[in-house]
Amino acid sequence: MPTNQLFALFCGTLLVLGLIAYLAGRYKAVRVRASGTAMHAQPDQYAWFSVLSTAGPAIAVGALGGIAMLLLGAEIPTPYLLAASLGVGGVGLFAGLRRVRPDFHARKALESVVHGCLAGAALISIFTTFGILISIVGEAIRFFQMQSFWDFITGTTWNPGASFLEAAGRAEEGASAAQFGSIPLFAGTFMITAIAMLVAIPVGLLAAIYMAEFAPARVRTLAKPVLEVLAGIPTVVYGFFAAISVAPILVDVAGLFGLDASFNNALAPGLVMGIMIIPFISSLSDDVINAVPDSMRQGSLALGLTRGETIRDVVLPAALPGIISAALLAMSRAMGETMIVVMAAGMRPNLTANPLEDMTTVTVRIVASLTGDQEFASAETLSAFALGLVLFVVTLSLNLVSVIMIRRFREKYRINNL
Amino acid sequence: MSQSFDEISAQLRRRHRKTTRLKWMSMGALGLAALFLVVFFGDMLAKGLPAFQQAQIQVQVDYNERAAELPLAAVQEDVRPLVSRGYLRLIPGRMEDNPELLGTTRKEWVLADSAVDQYLKGHHTGLRDGQAAVVERLQADGRAELRFNSGFFTRGDSKMAELAGIASAAMGTLMTLLVTLAVAFPIGVMTAVYLEEFAPDNRLTQLIEININNLAAIPSILFGLLGLAIFINVFGVPRSSPLVGGLTLALMTLPVIIIATRTALRSVPDSIRHAAFGVGCSRWQVVRDHVLPLALPGIMTGSIIGLAQAMGETAPLIIVGMVAFIPDVAASFSEAATVLPAQIFTWAGEPERAFVEKTSGGILVLLAVLISLNATAVVLRKTFERRW
Repeated sequence: MPTNQLFALFCGTLLVLGLIAYLAGRYKAVRVRASGTAMHAQPDQYAWFSVLSTAGPAIAVGALGGIAMLLLGAEIPTPYLLAASLGVGGVGLFAGLRRVRPDFHARKALESVVHGCLAGAALISIFTTFGILISIVGEAIRFFQMQSFWDFITGTTWNPGASFLEAAGRAEEGASAAQFGSIPLFAGTFMITAIAMLVAIPVGLLAAIYMAEFAPARVRTLAKPVLEVLAGIPTVVYGFFAAISVAPILVDVAGLFGLDASFNNALAPGLVMGIMIIPFISSLSDDVINAVPDSMRQGSLALGLTRGETIRDVVLPAALPGIISAALLAMSRAMGETMIVVMAAGMRPNLTANPLEDMTTVTVRIVASLTGDQEFASAETLSAFALGLVLFVVTLSLNLVSVIMIRRFREKYRINNL
Repeated sequence: MSQSFDEISAQLRRRHRKTTRLKWMSMGALGLAALFLVVFFGDMLAKGLPAFQQAQIQVQVDYNERAAELPLAAVQEDVRPLVSRGYLRLIPGRMEDNPELLGTTRKEWVLADSAVDQYLKGHHTGLRDGQAAVVERLQADGRAELRFNSGFFTRGDSKMAELAGIASAAMGTLMTLLVTLAVAFPIGVMTAVYLEEFAPDNRLTQLIEININNLAAIPSILFGLLGLAIFINVFGVPRSSPLVGGLTLALMTLPVIIIATRTALRSVPDSIRHAAFGVGCSRWQVVRDHVLPLALPGIMTGSIIGLAQAMGETAPLIIVGMVAFIPDVAASFSEAATVLPAQIFTWAGEPERAFVEKTSGGILVLLAVLISLNATAVVLRKTFERRW
């Protein structure tokens, strides 16, 4: 019998068992109560408890078996496994019905199970983080067993070209050994991030100042969603826009000044990424500026400072931790941004300070090395995880610093809703 | 040294002028962002709207025996390069299905080659001079025109621009998002309920909270690495399938749903809980019967916004292999599929001019869906929002 049908049969049987458990549990509880005995719970609660004691163990056995087969490679024939779990379900049914007694706290038992489920769901987010960490670190370690860590950190040549020959056991045929020096990639990432921040910080901060300090309420309610739209546009769309519309214009403009720009220059993705990041900076900065206590503004105005001076000398310094936190968050977003650079930046690792040349980034290389037709164990594929590890560490530390900054701001002014 | 009143008031004017300048500059920054949006949408509309139209030409189709073997022979030589090869390829099959066609000659409107399509839209590329003259003649006779491109919505991907459509990608997006919703929504809501209503304030709870905020800020591409290393390599989920894509996106969407749900739960006033406790409800009964129903609009809004975010996401899906040439709609959750953003990415890499148009058309569809999703969320919030 094919697995799908078998599975359907299993689910059907389990449903029937559950229905039996519900009806039998309820019937028994109703009868006990009708005989005049006071019970600790309602008949429905006894019924649901019976269902739970039937289905819970059955599903648990099935899931355990499935995990054992997938992870540990145990060879359990599927029919046996499903039959075993149904058997456990049957035992659970009888055990559950036996416990339908007046002195049994069915509701408490039910609720402790619910509580357990909720707590289990909350743990999944922790598992996700650990999953990311384990998957990236595990593969990165395999990479560093093949390539020296020191060369990876300090090398200035990224040339994985020959690694597939090595993986195929034909290392001698490659003209030169594969080199994994990541500095050009990080230089590219920092260049594009820097361009993005040069666009996003002034524009985002000024927009936040306008919305928080100058704008009438109507403009404010209109402008906030407009900025949010910027954050809602998919990055692949930004990437297309940068590559097809912005880059050619930049090449033309550079040509006017007698400069020779590449069509994959770093400026186009940087500029577009900067625009994408504006709402990240403006909305958090706006919240922070609004959270600065009004007493500070009143004090400053009372001393005779103009509005501009109040903003520059009183409000902004007070809001600075929050603004820095917003900028760091935006920076980590820019460094991890993938689609814009994949589509608009170059593929050639290039160590240069000229933003009009093509250069590549960490995320571009991750995508490039994982979409090639290489086998998984080759050094080039694994290098993606090493790059991912560095990316993870950098963005995580930026986020942590950002959280600490905003917490400091919050504690200083005793603000709860940030 | 004292200053005269004139000097002081001049100084004051200068200081106020500075304020005005700051005001205009900050307004300009906002205007810049708005201007970009206008330029961006204008550019996309200009590039993408033509994709919803497609050139068709009226030609004589001879259903003879030669055409059954060599479909090119079905149309006359002068228009042969103008007809889509994808259409010609179907002729033998149609003759097999309808034997009465054999031996007849019909005038039919057929799909034109993408070069003709581009020519009619004013981009003079890809056609040789002689062919261009033929197209001009056909157009003058009313035998070549642009019609609504229904194939764009009903066909899958193709290497021939005139045949390429978004149907398979749209279906893939739907299936992927179903998986995402089925996984992320229950887990997200349960996590939020636990953290807001049940969790004791201890180290573990704090760790979970910090962790959730952190997950929200991790670059999306790293979720792709997780999907590749854990879901595909360890658990053996089929590569490129909506299942693995949906699971990966679910982990990404989880923090969004958790944070939105917590906000919604927090906005339910404590007096409701006190009243329910007062009449003897247990904690779970309070949450199930009173807090959750009241928080539901907020939870839905947050989930829709999270889904919209997941829908536009491409990078993690590339890593788990959802960028592939998928001409047909996937039949199950474990078959190879692609999603709209990934389709856009694939088309953006095609060198032909006609594909620029297709890409922009796909982008317009994606943006329209995203905007309507977000608008739904806003309307939902406006309709059901209660101020306590």
